[in-house]
Parts: sequence; C-alpha cells; structure tokens
Amino acid sequence: MRNTLIMDAGLVDFIEKLPLSKQIVTHIELLRKGVYMLHFLRTADFLPGQVVAISTDLSVPPRLYSICSGEQDEKLSVLFNLKSDGLLTPKLAQLSQGDPVWISTPFGAFLGDDQPAWWIAAGTGIAPFRSMMRSGMANGKTVIHGGRSADSFYFQNEFLSTFGENYIRCCSGEHAEGLYHGRLTQWMQEQDRLSKDQTYYLCGSAEMVVEVRDILIEKEIPIDKIMSEIYF
Amino acid sequence: MKNPSLFGKTLAEIEEIVASLGAPAFTARQIAEWIYKKHITQFDAMTNLPKSLRHQLAQGYSIELSTAVKVQTSVDGTKKYLYPSTGHTFIETAYIPEGKRATLCVSSQVGCKMGCLFCMTGKQGFQGQLSTGEIIHQIRSLPERETLSNIVFMGMGEPFDNLENVMKSCEILTADWGYGWSPKRITVSTIGIIPAMKTFIENSSCHLAVSMHTPFHAERKKIMPIENVYPIQAVVDLLRRYDLGKQRRLSFEYIMFKDFNDSNRHIQGISRLLHGMRCRINLIRFHPIPNSPLASASEERIQQFREGLVSKGFRTTIRASRGEDILAACGLLSTKELVKTQAPDF
Ligand SMILES: Cc1cc2nc3c(=O)[nH]c(=O)nc-3n(C[C@H](O)[C@H](O)[C@H](O)COP(=O)(O)OP(=O)(O)OC[C@H]3O[C@@H](n4cnc5c(N)ncnc54)[C@H](O)[C@@H]3O)c2cc1C
Ligand code: SF4
Repeated sequence: MRNTLIMDAGLVDFIEKLPLSKQIVTHIELLRKGVYMLHFLRTADFLPGQVVAISTDLSVPPRLYSICSGEQDEKLSVLFNLKSDGLLTPKLAQLSQGDPVWISTPFGAFLGDDQPAWWIAAGTGIAPFRSMMRSGMANGKTVIHGGRSADSFYFQNEFLSTFGENYIRCCSGEHAEGLYHGRLTQWMQEQDRLSKDQTYYLCGSAEMVVEVRDILIEKEIPIDKIMSEIYF
Repeated sequence: MKNPSLFGKTLAEIEEIVASLGAPAFTARQIAEWIYKKHITQFDAMTNLPKSLRHQLAQGYSIELSTAVKVQTSVDGTKKYLYPSTGHTFIETAYIPEGKRATLCVSSQVGCKMGCLFCMTGKQGFQGQLSTGEIIHQIRSLPERETLSNIVFMGMGEPFDNLENVMKSCEILTADWGYGWSPKRITVSTIGIIPAMKTFIENSSCHLAVSMHTPFHAERKKIMPIENVYPIQAVVDLLRRYDLGKQRRLSFEYIMFKDFNDSNRHIQGISRLLHGMRCRINLIRFHPIPNSPLASASEERIQQFREGLVSKGFRTTIRASRGEDILAACGLLSTKELVKTQAPDF
C-alpha cells in the first residue's frame, strides 16, 4: 500500500503544508450551470484522492477541494459547485485566466490504489475518482455516481469509455437513456451480492456518505472496507 | 417578516446598530447589559435608555425568546430540552445535574456534517448552522440556568464547523457586558478541524476537548472521516505549539469500543501521541446506536484501560453515563425524526 505509507510519513510536517501560496488560474470551464472546473499550473506532486485548500483572497477562509486531474496531467484542476449564498464559491466562479488565487500544497489521506474497489460519489464528489482514474487506478473498479439531473454526471464520457457497464449513473430527478432512475442509495439497496473483499470509497455530502455507509453495514460489509470523504 | 433579534449580538454588533440609529456609543453597553445581565425581553424595560431609542429599537428589532417545546427527564435527573430552530428544524440540549454541580451540553448545529460512525447526530446529516442567538438561547432559556456550573459544547454538531457563531457565543458568555462567566467554566469540544481550532486557541480562553477515539491514523479514518484531512497527529502537533495545558484545560475524549480501540497497544499509542503533554483523558462508555457495527468495551476493560493510562502518567477519568434512557447521553442526540427531509443532491 504505497500511498498510505507516504501519507503517514507526511503527517509529521502536515501543518507546514497548510500555508497558502499564490498561483495563477490558467483557465476556468463551465461544465453546466453552477458547476465549474478551475485549472492551475502544477507546482507540486500529489497523490490521487488528495485535496488542496483554496481561497481567492485572504479575507475568505480557505475551503478544501479534491483534485480532479491526474498525476500525469500538466495542470492541477478542481471541480466545484457554486453555492450562491456561500462565501468562497461565488468568488471562484468570477475568476478568469490570469487571476491569482491562494492555494495550499496537496494533502489528505483519501487515497486510491489499483486494487478492485467501488467508487461511490454524489455530485462533485466524483472529483477524486476522476483523479484516480486518470492516474492509472481504473483497474477493477465499479463507479456509482448519483445526481439529481441528467447533466449532473460530470466527465461521463471519460468514465463511460473507461468503465463501460461498470459505470452506473443514478439520476433521482429525471428519466434519461442510459441512466438508472432513482437515488444512488436505492440502487445500492437493490444490490444483493456486494463483495466483502473490495473496498468501498464514498465521496460527497454527509447525507450521501452516511446513508450509503449504513446500507453497506446492513449488507455486512466490514468497516475496514469502507473509506469515506465528506465534503463538509 | 419578524424583526431581527438583538439577542445573540455581541457588543461590537450592538455598537454598529446604535450608531446606525444615531444614538451615542455608550448605549450599546447598556443594551447588552439589559439583555444579558438583566434578562429583559421587552425594550420598554430598558429604563435608562431614552424613550425615543427604545421606540426605534422596538420598531426595527426584537428581543423576545422562544421556549423549549419539549422536555424529557431521565431517571438519573438528566433533562433533555428540545428547542425550535429556523426552517422547521430542532435542536437538543442536555442538562446534567451532578450533586452541587450541573453541566449543560449545548448544540452548535442542527445535525452535523462530520459523519462519525458512532454518533446519532452524524447519522442525521446536516440541516443548518445555529446562529449565535440560538446557541446562547439554550442557556438563557434553561429553567435551571442559575444552577449551572459548566457549559460544554458537546451537543449536536461540530462547533468548529460553525466557528464564528461559537466564538461569538463564548464572547457573550464570558464578557463583563454579557453573562460574565469565567472561560474556565466553558469547554468547547472538537474532532479537530485544524484551521478553526487554531483561530479558537488564539482568540478564546475557554477549555478545549479533542475527540481522539484512537491514536492510530488508519483506524481513526474508519470511524471519523475527518482523519483524512485533519489527522489526529497533526491536531496534536498543533496543540503542542501552544502548550495549552498551562493556561487552560486540554482534554482528549476517548469512547471505548470493544475490540476496536481498547487494547494495550492503544494505551501505548496514546502514550506516544500525547507524550509530555499537560492534558487529561476522558474515557467514555459507548452508547450503542442502531445499525452500528461497534459495541461498548466492558466495564472491566474500561477500568483496566484507565489504570494503564494512569500508570503512564495521564490524568484519566471515566465519564459517568447520564440520561441514556431519554437518549440524552453522549452521541445520542438526534432530531432526525422531526426534520422535514430536504431534497438530497443524489
Ligand atoms: C475534504 C473536502 C473536500 C471537498 N472537495 C470539494 C470539491 O471537490 N468540490 C466542491 O464543490 N466542494 C468541495 N468541498 C466543499 C468545499 O470545501 C466548500 O465547502 C464549498 O465549496 C462551499 O464553499 P462556500 O465558501 O462557497 O460556501 P460556504 O460559505 O462554506 O457555505 C456553504 C453553504 O452553507 C451555508 N452556510 C454557510 N454559513 C452558514 C450559516 N452561518 N448559517 C446557515 N447556512 C450557512 C451557505 O448558505 C452555503 O449554502 C470539499 C470539502 C471538504 C471538507
Ligand atoms: S461526534 Fe460530533 S463531530 Fe462527529 S458526527 Fe457526532 S456531532 Fe458530529
């Protein structure tokens, strides 16, 4: 388990990594109304699944964002969801190419590997799994992504071409071709033969993580096999 | 639309309000004292303010308070109060009398986003932040207020995920224009959100309690998702920088789970992690929650664990279990059943 070892070793100087440094936005992409991808030049290495702390100016406390780009990508990218009454995301959404932002070096221990596993995400919670997918960890993965509308499945073309039938999009708010109509928790409930040997990675809102974790525990998946990242 | 409440405003905020009304700055302190020291709920009662200012305040603001909608009493005397919050949500507050002392366990959020595996509030998900007024109100409206000796932020929610309102609450509770409590009677408990914890340490003198539950990174990740981003080792490293134990009480909370975190290896791990720190350790019995894969360690094991830690030089106590029958005990607070479900994002 190379990743865990690296992270554990990194704990000692963990606090040193939190201070932010100035970076320049290389570009910002609108994926759908209210959902953006922000790209920077890469100045540090990271492990797929890690996060960075970002702020536009030092008057706003930094927020955490999962890196959604791969280890080999030239840019470091994050995916974010605009909260219209939030403090930071309205400012992030106003950024354009060449603007400075404050960003930490990557940190975090929600780390993937190349063993068979389940990647379960709601909304922008798909971000760390895209990073893992683009970093050579796609082998043996089943990906479940939940969203309210048919346009919630960010990076779906990449996921579809990599995982084919092992990429399940659960859409609770509308019917559309190729999508399971219902909440991702409903889809999980319907599965009666979940492997007890594979790891289940959960990422997204507290509500999703807690509900899916309960379902997995009910289905006798050991807690050793459940890894959760909550976007609090 | 209801007028905004002055209850829960700090002195600085009241100063801004009185300035906007064209009143002299010193009236802010008078208003704060009426609200927090004399507990009045009508502007008319602020008799040292000019009538015109009282009228202006009554036109634009309110200071009325709601009362608890429900109270349950445990066989051991613990009481659980249910207060309404905004948006059809509710919060719980636990009043725990112990001989001559009485502790109030206050909430800082409706639900919680942190998702700790052993906690009922965590299972509820997150429904909202409590305002400063809603936090203070749990103390102000308590029928037993005068008997309180301690306040602990250990109810629903992670206080440092609502830092601004928790800091303002501590300010109102301890200020001479506020309730005038000693910060040594107030403990804020956190799972260790590092940036917020740093702000708290540098700007408050209240006691701090950190939920550890296991000294090992890989194990803590399984029960507390926060460990992915703010690991306990980093939390302790930060605390060491401040040498907190000198000025105030630093404690570590440790819920004892059978065959998970109750071995001698854990005693060694805690000892290594906290080596040389001035702190105390509180061992807590686990109150099982539905569908939990965790069970409580036995009484005998908890005692042995305590002795093990004491032999390593740590001041260690076993927290008495209170209010279990009314679900007021540690980790059992939840108002999920009362919350109107919001449309989830999945
Ligand atoms: C480990 C981790 C990884 C994350 N990764 C991502 C990611 O990849 N992509 C992503 O989009 N997000 C991610 N997040 C969430 C992100 O960090 C921010 O919380 C999010 O973007 C909102 O930031 P904001 O400043 O705009 O909103 P905030 O100001 O934090 O507010 C968030 C919401 O809470 C409400 N709120 C805030 N304060 C109050 C209050 N006092 N009372 C009532 N309501 C209040 C606001 O109305 C708003 O809707 C992650 C979080 C964590 C912990
Ligand atoms: S233990 Fe505290 S931080 Fe964890 S879920 Fe419960 S209320 Fe939240």
